[in-house]
Amino acid sequence: MNKFETVEAVAVPLEMPNIDTDQIIPARFLWRARSEGYGQLLFNDVREAGGFILDRPEYKGAEVIVADKNFGCGSSREHAVWALSDAGLKVVIAPSFGDIFFNNSFKNGFLPIVLPEQRCNELRAALARNPGAKVVVDLENQTVTGPIGVNDGYGQDSFDIDPFRKELLLQGVDDITFTLSQGEAITAFESRYLAETPWI
Amino acid sequence: MKTLFDKIWDRHTILVRPDGATLLHVGRHLIHDGSRAGFRALAAKGLPLRSPERTFGTPDHYVSTASHDVNAIPEPQRREMVTAMTENQKQHGFTMFGLGDKRQGIVHVIGPEQGITQPGLLMVCGDSHTATHGALGALAFGIGASEVSHVLATQTLWQSRKPKSMRITVDGTLPPGVTPKDVIIAIIARIGAAGGTGHVIEYAGEVFRAMSMEGRLTVCNMSIEAGARAGMVAPDETTYAYLQGRPYTPSGADWPKALDYWRKLPSDPGAIFDVEHRLNGAEMAPMATWGTSPEHAAPVTGHIPDPARAATAEQRGAYERALAYMDLKPGMRIDEIPIDRVFIGSCTNSRIEDLREAAAVAKGRTAKVPTMVVAGSGLVKLQAESEGLHTIFKQAGFDWREPGCSMCVGMNGDLVGAGEHCASTSNRNFVGRQGRGARTHLVSPAMAAAAAVTGHITDVRRLMAGEAA
Ligand code: SF4
Repeated sequence: MNKFETVEAVAVPLEMPNIDTDQIIPARFLWRARSEGYGQLLFNDVREAGGFILDRPEYKGAEVIVADKNFGCGSSREHAVWALSDAGLKVVIAPSFGDIFFNNSFKNGFLPIVLPEQRCNELRAALARNPGAKVVVDLENQTVTGPIGVNDGYGQDSFDIDPFRKELLLQGVDDITFTLSQGEAITAFESRYLAETPWI
Repeated sequence: MKTLFDKIWDRHTILVRPDGATLLHVGRHLIHDGSRAGFRALAAKGLPLRSPERTFGTPDHYVSTASHDVNAIPEPQRREMVTAMTENQKQHGFTMFGLGDKRQGIVHVIGPEQGITQPGLLMVCGDSHTATHGALGALAFGIGASEVSHVLATQTLWQSRKPKSMRITVDGTLPPGVTPKDVIIAIIARIGAAGGTGHVIEYAGEVFRAMSMEGRLTVCNMSIEAGARAGMVAPDETTYAYLQGRPYTPSGADWPKALDYWRKLPSDPGAIFDVEHRLNGAEMAPMATWGTSPEHAAPVTGHIPDPARAATAEQRGAYERALAYMDLKPGMRIDEIPIDRVFIGSCTNSRIEDLREAAAVAKGRTAKVPTMVVAGSGLVKLQAESEGLHTIFKQAGFDWREPGCSMCVGMNGDLVGAGEHCASTSNRNFVGRQGRGARTHLVSPAMAAAAAVTGHITDVRRLMAGEAA
């Protein structure tokens, strides 16, 4: 996993609420090997219908999505994060997320940011007024600034992130390594647990 | 004062970091043929499976429902998803119910059926519908592929913060023809598809107390469609009676000990929930979805809403997009929605009671549209056949198939055609879920059978009253 560095990149506003993981990556592609890459399949069916915002030239090279409520709801498929990440995206900002998608993101060096609904609406509106404008996502300082380079008065927001997740993202390490270092605590727990409920 | 959820969470907490991140012990880990990426990640790190005795699996997503010969899976890549599981089993030695074993089935059907799922356990599976197992009073989370590899390697799971708690109380008595599926769809229509986000739901009240174990499994299954992390029902005599004597349930001297532990699990009387909802079961009716989110649902006696009257601009947009995709008009009666195909199956509704419910409606009637019935496990299929349900289905022209996930998600090639309206007992009506351009209407097994024999969404209570199809 790569270290998560500050992102300064084009941001795409996605207006639909409840974007589910079946839309992000349709089920029929899930047997592909991770190494084949999923980027070209991101939003496959929506894109094939034509006119999808991510395909507009202004948004080429986008690394940030600003979405509406409940982004990534539905299936637990981590492929949804792989597809976003393989397509070059690094951050999704939304008022809320599907819980499993949210968890999956961090495991792939991908940052989901929760901002208040009102601020997400304002940010999407500002990006729609300035197509192709960039935003800055600074994980170290937990801020989103945007759109930059345009005089459009959106400004800056701070966001919350769990310190453990932040640390793993900034260091680019996964949590298995860390957990294995807690082996003694796990073993001690298990013997106690089994003594109490031996049938499990 | 603790909730059921608090009690299980606390009991499985190994350590809490100063920042609140909690390492939880996983009592039982369920895997399926889509869990391959987790094993690959394990191999890439050169790590062994930490607890084969706590790992149980079955192939379900990619298996053919025409035949359980693995070679019946036509595409090599899909076939490999199933054969890779067999190889992983050989290498790591977990318990597997493979193709050809009558215990094979949808992972969320076989967990309870085998007694692997038990009250007070923390369970995970790389599948969002893991919430199903909460029906027995377990805390069961769906997890992603990276988390699967973490559990395989460590038998633990990190949660950066504890989910909030929500209690949904449904009192009253359900009217005839109203099933557990209608209850959960009505709940989602009320609280919204994101209504449970970040929460663990406990279903409480007279309706769930009176509900069978199988009905509770249907309700908890769709907790994720309400956005929740998990759903649960406190264990009671119904739970214990269901579990006793199942293959992986405690037996002998362990049984009374287990009962003792289980009886302490229900939420303490004064326990506080972060959010409370109340619904009246007596007012519920058979439900159907008309749109592309499970919250787009209405009683079968109702109408498709007019986007112009939506509460917010955002909802209006969502309704308009949904109706365009579904090719339906505002104001249309729900029971006039035409149906081209019917699917009875999935981890939501493929247990024996579901099949009985569908067969009762199908009996003596004839399908007007292609209809597929897929039992949730080999054991459910055998039970149905011993009761003669398969004969009823076949006489009605329904297709009686081998167990698997099938048309719920179509990964095995059982797909709904573009533009077709499918009455489905599954759990998701998302755009493209059952196939590209497929239009899904979520209903109960009885309502699905009613749609099959009439060719449109039909109030099953009319057929129950003896009206001809
Ligand atoms: S039946 Fe459907 S929802 Fe259930 S596990 Fe299979 S694909 Fe997932």
